[in-house]
Amino acid sequence: MATDLIQFALYGAVLVALAMPLGAYMARVFAGEAGFLRFIERPIFALAGIKPEQGQHWSAYALALVAFNAAGFVLLFLILKFQDLLPGNPLGLPGLSGQLAFNTAISFVTNTNWQSYGGETTMSYLSQMAGLTTQNFVSASTGMAVAAAVARGLASRQLKTIGNFWADMVRATLYVLIPLSVVLALLLVWQGLPQTLDTSLAATTLEGGQQTIAIGPVASQLAIKQLGTNGGGFFNVNSAHPFENPTAIANFLEMLAILVIPVAFCFTFGRMVGDKKQGRALFAAMGIMFVIGLGAIYASELQSNPLYPANVVSTGNMEGKEIRFGVANSALWAEVTTAASNGSVNSMHDSFSPLGGMVAMLNMQLGEVVFGGAGVGLTGMLLLVIVTVFLAGLMVGRTPEYLGKKIEAREVKLAALTLLVMPIGVLAFAALSIVAGTGQSAVLNQGPHGLTELLYAYSSATGNNGSAFAGLTVNVDWHNTFLGLAMLVGRFGYIIPILAIAGSLAQKKTAPASSGTFPTHGPVFVTLLCATIIIVGALTFLPVLALGPIAEQVSIAAGQSF
Amino acid sequence: MFTHLRPAIALTLFFAALTGIAYPLAITGAAQAMFPHQASGSPVVRADGTLLGSALIGQLFERDSYFHGRPSAVNYDAATSSGTNLGPSSKALLDSLAERAAAYPDGVPADLVTASGSGLDPDISPAGALAQMPRIAASRGLDEAALRQLIAANVRGPDLGILGQPRVNVLALNLALDALKP
Repeated sequence: MATDLIQFALYGAVLVALAMPLGAYMARVFAGEAGFLRFIERPIFALAGIKPEQGQHWSAYALALVAFNAAGFVLLFLILKFQDLLPGNPLGLPGLSGQLAFNTAISFVTNTNWQSYGGETTMSYLSQMAGLTTQNFVSASTGMAVAAAVARGLASRQLKTIGNFWADMVRATLYVLIPLSVVLALLLVWQGLPQTLDTSLAATTLEGGQQTIAIGPVASQLAIKQLGTNGGGFFNVNSAHPFENPTAIANFLEMLAILVIPVAFCFTFGRMVGDKKQGRALFAAMGIMFVIGLGAIYASELQSNPLYPANVVSTGNMEGKEIRFGVANSALWAEVTTAASNGSVNSMHDSFSPLGGMVAMLNMQLGEVVFGGAGVGLTGMLLLVIVTVFLAGLMVGRTPEYLGKKIEAREVKLAALTLLVMPIGVLAFAALSIVAGTGQSAVLNQGPHGLTELLYAYSSATGNNGSAFAGLTVNVDWHNTFLGLAMLVGRFGYIIPILAIAGSLAQKKTAPASSGTFPTHGPVFVTLLCATIIIVGALTFLPVLALGPIAEQVSIAAGQSF
Repeated sequence: MFTHLRPAIALTLFFAALTGIAYPLAITGAAQAMFPHQASGSPVVRADGTLLGSALIGQLFERDSYFHGRPSAVNYDAATSSGTNLGPSSKALLDSLAERAAAYPDGVPADLVTASGSGLDPDISPAGALAQMPRIAASRGLDEAALRQLIAANVRGPDLGILGQPRVNVLALNLALDALKP
């Protein structure tokens, strides 16, 4: 127990120590001040016809983003559908079905990395590399560009533009994601991740059996899977697989990689808006939510299950967990991966205790704002900041302000609109699946746990997380289609309104703070912000959580199994 | 929209080439040069050159004379990977736990009766190894003190003294067992 807490503290300390300088560096990158890769940048901009210094109106910025994602979708869809006709397919795997290719292409373009398939048995090397790894990079840099544009909108005074999407996206990839991935990939190979173009090892085991062991270019995909808050694994069981995550050191590095960019964005934001205290306030709110979530998952996983046979000596819930990680590192990973919209797993969430699995799901249902995805976590939080200053303004009867900008009807309406994204994607789509009958037939577990499996899937898709209660059979046309739609709603339902808000705030004057200004960096504001997140999330999801995980917890306590 | 088409297509193709092809190939080259053993899947090779398995991937042990790994949803078929995905209130889970636990009337550590996440977990807990000691001792005619020493010598971790859990690699332990008394 004490060593577990030391590990948690060590993780937090190293994470913040890495994120602060990275945050400062990213602020320079988005200001165009980091120039050591100009020799690559210039020819690309020339080739693509991009003028990096030319700012775009928010609508042009959003259109460029959509056009880029659409192009990525088309290329990825074609690679997946026709992988059997393309090179780089040593196992001779067939092309994906239309629905699965649709679902997977949306999934990787929206930075969700939901996987309806088992990687090692479905994807050719070309699909894994040129298809999926490419989107791992550029879907992350798309999200990072959005955060840069929003910070710029808040910082500028009476400007019509919020920066250039192409410049932001290219720079995030070249200056941040690629260098970090190269370093991390090599560190992970050192720890034991394979990185080879061979497909498998054929072994004769000690007892004389035959064992075929899947290998491949794992480390290069792993590095960006973690850093880009993507989460889509090379193997079916993701980072629970010993080849994706062979040691506790590898596990520590991979967990750092999940959160370092989302945390760094708090500090980047503070620098970009010229007030570091504002970034730290967001960090504090996210940090508080993170610690609460971690505590809940850890405490719940540590409990012994009263339904287990009496002669089993409990060391916490070890079903679906790996020995090298144990309960503590599995609980920490579960909190990290669902707080960030990463979605990789190092243990099977479907086998978690009811409340442990519920907190992981709730992290996604709150809108992935506890650090969240690379860039989009910060912007998701800023939407809730707008709601919070609006509520605070109502309480004291003043026009709400944030960073000197008046928050008026247009901004509040847009922010309120985004509060509908999670209920639509989770509650409406999951309810539809149940009514249509596909819901029940696809679940593995009976009783309330079956409902939780379904809810988890739609929460994961809408939150662009990608982790799963993997017992659910999702590779069916219904779920491939509706989960695909949920991912689109969850991605663009946030990005487009926040860019619109950034555009409208950029045009406003910045009023100097007066005695009547509600400060947005102190403990009062941080508390209000956390309360807003919890109230909005609880009001929306408590009823359905009562039918799923809470009902299961109560059943177990009453000795009932299903 | 059309003004955005050129950069969208150009950058999509450029990044597919750079991050989708050049990056993984460059990492492959560097990894093979710097860490050839790990990059090739940490193979364990017999004296005669045949492949015994991977040091990182669990394999199936069923004989009484060997230490067994954890229950596996894929029966240690490493061409694939999976957990059971059974929830904590699942009858199917509880039934299989009861069946496995019945072999250890004096108590059994949870990791020996619960399935791992990957189905390929190469490790068991030190307590899980100790619980199997009586069976191995009887089967091989070894005394428990020697086995206890063997297990202790094969306990690894926590990494860096603090990260993760102490563990015993089942394949390494069984190889040491064969070396001790075939």
